[in-house]
Amino acid sequence: MISDLWLQFVLTIDATLRLATPLILCAMAGIFSERSGIIDISLEGKMLLSAFTAATMAAITGSPWLGLASAMIISVVFSLLHGFACISHRGNQVVSGLAINMLASGLTVTVGNALFSLGGQTPLLSNAQRFAPIAFPLAESLRQIPGLGIIYTEVISGHNLLVWAALLSVFITRVVLLRSTFGLRLRAVGETPEAVDTAGISVVGIRYQAVIIAGVLCGMAGAYLSIAHGASFLREMTAGKGYISLAAMIFGNWRPVPVLMACLLFGFLDALAARLGGVDLPWIGQLSTDLIQILPYVLTVVLLAGFIGKTTPPGAIGVPYVKRR
Amino acid sequence: MGAKLQRGEGSADGCCAVSLYGISKTFGSVRANKNISLDIPAGTIHGIIGENGSGKSTLVSILYGFYGADGGRIRIFGNDLKIQSTAHAIAAGIGMVHQHFMLVPSFTVLENLVLGHEGSGGLLQGMARGRSELQGLSREYGLDVDPDAVVADLPVGIQQRVEILKALYRGARILILDEPTGVLTPQETDQLFNILRALNQQQGVTILFITHKLREIMALTHGVSIMRDGEMVAHRCTATTNPQELAELMVGRPVLLDGIWHQAKVGKVVLQVNNLALDGTRGMPLVRDLSFQVRAGEILGVAGVSGNGQSELLELLAGIGAPSRGSITLGEYTFTKTNPITPLVIKELGVAHVPEDRHAMGLVLPFSAAESAILGHEHSPIIGDGPWLNPGKLKAHCGQLMANFHIRPPDPKRQSRLFSGGNQQKMVLAREMSTNPTILLVGQPTRGVDIGAIEFIHQQLIALRDRGCAIIMVSVELDEILSLSDRIMVMSDGASMGIIERKDADARSIGLLMTGVD
Repeated sequence: MISDLWLQFVLTIDATLRLATPLILCAMAGIFSERSGIIDISLEGKMLLSAFTAATMAAITGSPWLGLASAMIISVVFSLLHGFACISHRGNQVVSGLAINMLASGLTVTVGNALFSLGGQTPLLSNAQRFAPIAFPLAESLRQIPGLGIIYTEVISGHNLLVWAALLSVFITRVVLLRSTFGLRLRAVGETPEAVDTAGISVVGIRYQAVIIAGVLCGMAGAYLSIAHGASFLREMTAGKGYISLAAMIFGNWRPVPVLMACLLFGFLDALAARLGGVDLPWIGQLSTDLIQILPYVLTVVLLAGFIGKTTPPGAIGVPYVKRR
Repeated sequence: MGAKLQRGEGSADGCCAVSLYGISKTFGSVRANKNISLDIPAGTIHGIIGENGSGKSTLVSILYGFYGADGGRIRIFGNDLKIQSTAHAIAAGIGMVHQHFMLVPSFTVLENLVLGHEGSGGLLQGMARGRSELQGLSREYGLDVDPDAVVADLPVGIQQRVEILKALYRGARILILDEPTGVLTPQETDQLFNILRALNQQQGVTILFITHKLREIMALTHGVSIMRDGEMVAHRCTATTNPQELAELMVGRPVLLDGIWHQAKVGKVVLQVNNLALDGTRGMPLVRDLSFQVRAGEILGVAGVSGNGQSELLELLAGIGAPSRGSITLGEYTFTKTNPITPLVIKELGVAHVPEDRHAMGLVLPFSAAESAILGHEHSPIIGDGPWLNPGKLKAHCGQLMANFHIRPPDPKRQSRLFSGGNQQKMVLAREMSTNPTILLVGQPTRGVDIGAIEFIHQQLIALRDRGCAIIMVSVELDEILSLSDRIMVMSDGASMGIIERKDADARSIGLLMTGVD
């Protein structure tokens, strides 16, 4: 009985990692964009577009790597579009982001239908066409070690490449943001762009670089959904994950490690919901699956409503930079 | 960025640090700079003085590469340069301390210092370099700053030091300061001047000092150039000029710097304040036990260091908030805590109020001038018909006020925010004075207002007084209090330190009372 509960717990942690991966990549993308002062509500749409592109390219060429590359390219292209509207033309960042989201939701289904006639889906990918789980050495033999063995086998081993990339991205984001010259300038641009401008550095240049990095990370998140975690593109498969990662980013106060924790929390709730659905719990009885599945969303609302007062967004977020006369 | 720029070294041959020839700049239909030429000898402190909107900020922004000029040439230490960006200007040895600081508030001093000039080899090395250089600069110039302090936590005077250090760190040999004293206390201003003198004398830094305050030009500079309406109208050697001459050159006509006061005909008591007190949120007394009278036809000046209860007194009199104790008697009506005044009631009793902060309380910045000109008077028959505003009457009314008060540009449709500070202030004064009040409450009548407008506002206040209005004027400018008041009440820590007759008042005695010394 105890070992059974332990197994359930370990499996939930394993699922947490897998479910948090797109949130982490997406939230790191958000950090880059928003710490430079550009609100990126279009993470949702870009993730959807890159999920579609990755699955399509992988299905056509058979290579997950080409799928990933094209996903990153399409996401960067739309990031540049967002940048063109918001940075070069000082448009409203939320409106531009929403426009991209609507475009993404229509475009993926329409193009998908035209290409594959599967009602907006892409063909199911074989294991060779996607990023398959990577089993670590001795994973199966170590399983026999009581208690701890399954942690190695289930939680550490058996993830695909992009899960590791997501965890690495947190570390890289932190180092770039806090320890690099570029990061210093990026943070300054998001707080006080005029200080950067008067220091002789291009505000526009830094902001474009920031949204391009955001595009790359967001493209990885999309590819993860369709060619690593899943095996095809499904219409609206992002299902609000872009918004949840924005919530996690705000909850984590735009700082990489706290944001990672927030993403893991949301991932954990998601994993828990999947496990608890239909299970008889002592004293409580059987919980409705629907009720559990709304938990992450309810929590988002509660957390944001309860904690948003304590967050400090970048000073110049959402404000187009105009030289003062 | 790749342009090769040579930094000129000092001036053995007495060459100029900065030479401008025929600089012009147009914004839309506004010609901000018209054919400006200027020579600043190396190693001097040079002032540029002019009223708000005379084009001096535009000129230095061009010099710092913030805007490109439409025409003209710039020569730095004898080398012709095309300064097309701030990076060019910095490379040429020009540093600038802006009126609004260009600091990232959430960053440390050190981070602000190295931002944009991190040098090669990663941020950590850059920061280490910055730290040792900052220590060197601090020692050399006596500019003590904690490198790890967060800028937002520092007082304004220290933030300005960080700006100066930033410019020096980037190798500035020419330092531009744009209205640097607007945000400083008198003590901080003195410190700034000492720093600038030391930089100039010991390090040979050429300083370009932009201001509209005559006193600062006289105290600090070697030479001064005067701008008016986008043109350079004169150059003077500070030692051979005087404030009167500079003021006339700035405004373009003779200006009365003081001496507009004359004996008033004082009437009956119109305002009586008895034991007025106001407690703050935690029981801290803000106003303590004030009693005084004001008569028709006199100006009572309320002097004091900012934040000693003058603002609260003015708000109590204007009916913004009720007193904790005591009473205010206006004519035959007495108001107390349980029977407080409201802004509406005092208006009916003939009291007009020009608030201290015209942006927050005096104007609605996005409104047109015509709309701002009727705030609080929406139901007056001169501007509308019952519940409806009459645009024609609105415009005519505003046009009349604009003509009476020389508000520029005289365009009732222009947004309130687009007027200069002096014209905004004149707009509020015009609105409040046009009702011919029996009592005028006015806070900081000339804060942020340039010299021509100050003269005009002072004349209007005296004229209103002569028509029999009682005026209570709160000001932190001692010169203003001394030149206009018939009687002066000095406040310290919420209490009155005494009311002095004009003939007994001088800056020294009032200064002593302001510090709370009896």
